[in-house]
Amino acid sequence: MSVAEPLAHDSAVLHVTGQARYVDDIATPPGALHLAFGLSPVACGRIVALDLAAVRSAPEVALALAAADLPGPVDVSAGAGDEPLLAEGRVHYAGQPVFLVAAESHRAARIAARRARLEIDAEPPVLTVEEALAAGSRLDEGPLVWSRGAPEAAIAAAPHVVEGRIETGGQEHFYLEGQAALAIPGDDGGMAVIVSSQHPSEIQHKVAAALGLPMAAVRVEVRRMGGGFGGKESQANPLAVACALVARLTGRPARMRYDRDDDFLITGKRHAFRIDYRAGVDAGGRILGLDVRHYALCGWSRDLTTGVADRAMLHADNAYWLPSVRIESHRLRTNHQSATAFRGFGGPQGMAGAERVIDHIAHALGRDPLDIRRANYYRPARAAGAPARAPGEGSEGRLTPYGQEVEDFILHELTDRLEATAGYRRRRAEARAFNATSAVIKRGLALTPVKFGISFTLTQYNQAGALVHVYEDGSIRLNHGGTEMGQGLFRKVAQVVAAAFGVPADMVRVSATDTAKVPNTAPTAASSGSDLNGMAAQAAAVAIRDRIAAFLAAEHQAQPDEVVFDGGRVRVGAAGMDFAEAARRAVAGRVSLSATGFYRTPGLSWDRLRGTGRPYHYFAYGAAVSEVAIDTLTGEHRILRADLLHDCGASLNPAIDIGQIEGAYVQGAGWLTSEELVRDAAGRLMTHAPSTYKIPACSDRPRVFNVALWEGANRAETIFRSKAVGEPPLMLAISVLMALSDAVAAAGDGRIYPALDAPATPERVLAAVARVRGEAP
Amino acid sequence: MEVSFLLNGAPVRTTAGPSETLLDWLREVRRLTGTKEGCAEGDCGACTVMLTDAAGSRAVNACILFLPQLHGKAVRTVEGIAGPEGALHPVQAALVDHHASQCGFCTPGIVVSLAVAHLAGRRDHDDVLAGNLCRCTGYAPIVRAAEAAAGAPVPEWMQHDARALSAAGTAEGGAEEAADTPPAPVARPRTADALARWCLAHPEGTLVAGATDVALRVTKELCPLGPVAFIAGIDELARIEIGATEVRIGAAVTIAALRRAMAPLHPGLAELLRRYGSEQVRAAATIGGNIANGSPIGDGAPALVALGARLHLRRGPERRTLALEDFFLAYRRQDRRPGEFVEAVSFPRQPDRLRCYKLSKRFDQDISSVCGCFSVAVEEGRVAAARIGFGGMAGVPTRARAVEAALLGRPWTEATVAAAMPAFEADFAPISDMRASAGYRMAAARAMLRRCLLEDMGVTVDVLEVRP
Repeated sequence: MSVAEPLAHDSAVLHVTGQARYVDDIATPPGALHLAFGLSPVACGRIVALDLAAVRSAPEVALALAAADLPGPVDVSAGAGDEPLLAEGRVHYAGQPVFLVAAESHRAARIAARRARLEIDAEPPVLTVEEALAAGSRLDEGPLVWSRGAPEAAIAAAPHVVEGRIETGGQEHFYLEGQAALAIPGDDGGMAVIVSSQHPSEIQHKVAAALGLPMAAVRVEVRRMGGGFGGKESQANPLAVACALVARLTGRPARMRYDRDDDFLITGKRHAFRIDYRAGVDAGGRILGLDVRHYALCGWSRDLTTGVADRAMLHADNAYWLPSVRIESHRLRTNHQSATAFRGFGGPQGMAGAERVIDHIAHALGRDPLDIRRANYYRPARAAGAPARAPGEGSEGRLTPYGQEVEDFILHELTDRLEATAGYRRRRAEARAFNATSAVIKRGLALTPVKFGISFTLTQYNQAGALVHVYEDGSIRLNHGGTEMGQGLFRKVAQVVAAAFGVPADMVRVSATDTAKVPNTAPTAASSGSDLNGMAAQAAAVAIRDRIAAFLAAEHQAQPDEVVFDGGRVRVGAAGMDFAEAARRAVAGRVSLSATGFYRTPGLSWDRLRGTGRPYHYFAYGAAVSEVAIDTLTGEHRILRADLLHDCGASLNPAIDIGQIEGAYVQGAGWLTSEELVRDAAGRLMTHAPSTYKIPACSDRPRVFNVALWEGANRAETIFRSKAVGEPPLMLAISVLMALSDAVAAAGDGRIYPALDAPATPERVLAAVARVRGEAP
Repeated sequence: MEVSFLLNGAPVRTTAGPSETLLDWLREVRRLTGTKEGCAEGDCGACTVMLTDAAGSRAVNACILFLPQLHGKAVRTVEGIAGPEGALHPVQAALVDHHASQCGFCTPGIVVSLAVAHLAGRRDHDDVLAGNLCRCTGYAPIVRAAEAAAGAPVPEWMQHDARALSAAGTAEGGAEEAADTPPAPVARPRTADALARWCLAHPEGTLVAGATDVALRVTKELCPLGPVAFIAGIDELARIEIGATEVRIGAAVTIAALRRAMAPLHPGLAELLRRYGSEQVRAAATIGGNIANGSPIGDGAPALVALGARLHLRRGPERRTLALEDFFLAYRRQDRRPGEFVEAVSFPRQPDRLRCYKLSKRFDQDISSVCGCFSVAVEEGRVAAARIGFGGMAGVPTRARAVEAALLGRPWTEATVAAAMPAFEADFAPISDMRASAGYRMAAARAMLRRCLLEDMGVTVDVLEVRP
């Protein structure tokens, strides 16, 4: 059985030998043009003059286009219709594409793009929460509010009230492969687009709309991405559309890739958040009422903010039962790159807010934060097979603020296990002892849990299609709507298909994702790739298998359910043959060995305005213990050890899942520590290259890094009872921020809460040290 | 300019412009697309290739390496790391076995970095990989793979480049220009005298040693370079002379070579240089380039200032020396006349008391927000001499003279350090930028002085020393 085996990534050998081809590795078709955008240097203002004469006369330039030169309005938004390909009249952020150059080489296009005469009447940009609130600069009319119970009264009556604020910064995806696209005009007026995108169907839609073509005339192909992390869900649209437009206008193939600095300047990032909270708690630290306010800096357009900010609200509880709660969410329009999807999609911000509340409560009551976490956990899952609800039992303790019942809460057991294996209590005592005698270096330790909802809250996206062919030699070709960005999706889905036919996984070849083969697909996002595409592919494979079984059963006067596919063989009663022979006979017997499969997630309902329903098919869980050391002289710090225990249900591929967990944790730690987006007063991004924007390097991983999978099957019906794994473990890194907070607290006398914001750079850590020591900033 | 070198074992002879990068040439001319562009500024390592010459093999960034720099050397790309019959190199096999690639885009660079380290028998994987960013894996499986492959024998084909070059003798031939012909605008002088003539003929020209900084003018500013002299082949500029009274470091000495040479003399400087750029950058960048470009945040100058270094400048036949701190006049402006070049930097032999502190958002491969270097001599409990150099605190690397004065002759104690704190304001008025705020820079600079004292008192002050 190929499922659950730790098989290597489907392209592992191609990766290590340099043979894996990415968009920009495809040989440039003869006559191809290379594109570059000219960018606004100003964050907010009116375009007074744009003169492209010097651009057009630059060497090797074929074409230069401003918005007015386009055949009509061209929109590249994810759906809101508010993102013109090129700025129209006004600019909304520094880095916004204003014009487009097509030249004979990439370098010539970039050089020419700097020659424009662009005059902008600059206006004061809106850059901060305060500025946006003062200016009433919002994506929606007002905040979205969900509430349950009487939080105000509960807080007012509570013995203790904890109040504070946390800010978390944005995050650049820093996929190693920058955005890239290639458009090749067809002989029939159609367009083929090869692109590094998580959402080929949207690319198809946007290109078709820009060219005035039916979607059937546009074919989009994605073989692999050099990383996505959400940054290629909507952000590839401008490149693909620009290439298609130029290809249409010139009849020549057109390709585009962003230089890294341009990529930083143009594309959206994780939403920066400010979260204000007020919690009323009882003497045991149990939350009686919670009031949370999210302020999301959304950038200049809507992009995917609705879903992101909703998901932040949906994770304001993280793992905690909130009897009375009010969650208010402000989506602020600012003169930044439009914030977009990034692994976790708002979940990390919402969850960081929840963990901050718990940490703050623990500090206020002088308790171990783990005890406060446990005291507020949702109630344990009912035993398997127990009735959904015991007679007379309410949903108290199990109901999320949005009314979905947490049926499978395994964090009690999972936390117990991790607490023991990580030696949490012993190491906290050791850290205390160390801190008592160490003047400069302080250690800190934290255990934080993750409960992450799985499904798109945009219900339409919870569907997938697949197309499977079996050839007469028994080899299998798999097409599905998911895209491969490194997460091992192709391997996992191939394992599912191989399992259906009882053959080794290497019998299954996976095709590039292609809108001509599988239509109307969801983006590969929300951790849903293997859940959705695995089910669709299994349906297709099972359809073919059933046809083969029926055919062989008829041949052997047996029942179809007596035909067994296993170990690369097909047995019919006493007879047996290898799978290739079965396929050959089926083809000879005129049996169709091609089938589509389709899947839609069952049981979802969601009213986002009221904040009620069942938005998630299930939850994925995990917990982490991180230990850090800080230097109280400079604020420098590092992660000494991390112990992660994560729930993948019954893993489809434990090696790939562990890779996702390790990688997500380090990426999350980067978000919360070293990755800082710095803008100047005019709103220009100053950290737009790896020289100034610091993602974790090799030595930043924890010195000791223990990663384990929680053994268990998904209670929900998913593909082989596995669970989604792409995003949830990123939030295990919140333990790093809380451990830093713990270490900072040790630098003071315990009276002042560190209130450490993210990213916790050495500068922020030192400022927090000064704060807990009561020193002037 | 004519260039000949070995590419994956096969001889290549081509004509290259002075600013054509190896990466573009590999990808666009040779269609060897395994080598990737991730940043085009030497910070991500996706373009790492192996470069071999008489000095050995090292990993370098192809995106900031000009083709003329390759003359007489051998380049091996990821396509040349697997064996002739497609046999995987042990590090490639281990990376597959340990699930160490996800998206795969950084993988070719990681393969090359690890293969070069494997060839040298190195196991300091964190340092080897500091210049290879990976966004997917969190590095853990990559390091596991590196550890697993470390014991495997070096494949025969990985020794080919060194053998082929030594068989060909010093292939770096090429006609040396006669002293009486005017130097060509793009040149590869072989002696300091020839370089001196070139600089006089092209006083506004650019000297390229490792190109780790100059190349960004091509890849990021998109500027032509004008006249260029490639100086890495000038042996007399690449020497480190450790005499009885003086250490003299040629301008073309790489940071990697300097780090090795400093380890026994001034381990604090060697440790600072361990964190200078990355393996790839240190293999190419030179101390002369680090000083001559006058960056306020270069890490070489503060340490050398603390060591009492003097700079040796040459213009034609004329030579002069000056205290290193006096070379830096103002932001990006140095005391270097047209046609003058940095020949060497020297400092007196001295007992080691150098303490170097580099502060940045990330430990490895990051530019300092503040770099403080201290040489405080204590005799009978009192500060007998103090030289303190700082980077990141002003528009140029600066000596903290007021702080030094506040220490001199006083007991080396907390009280003296506390009393010296106001002196920082006399020495520095730092700026706020994307690396740090002015206030933090000032606080950190002061903290470094305190750290220096605490370290002398035996207090643990380095988070890098804390073990889990």
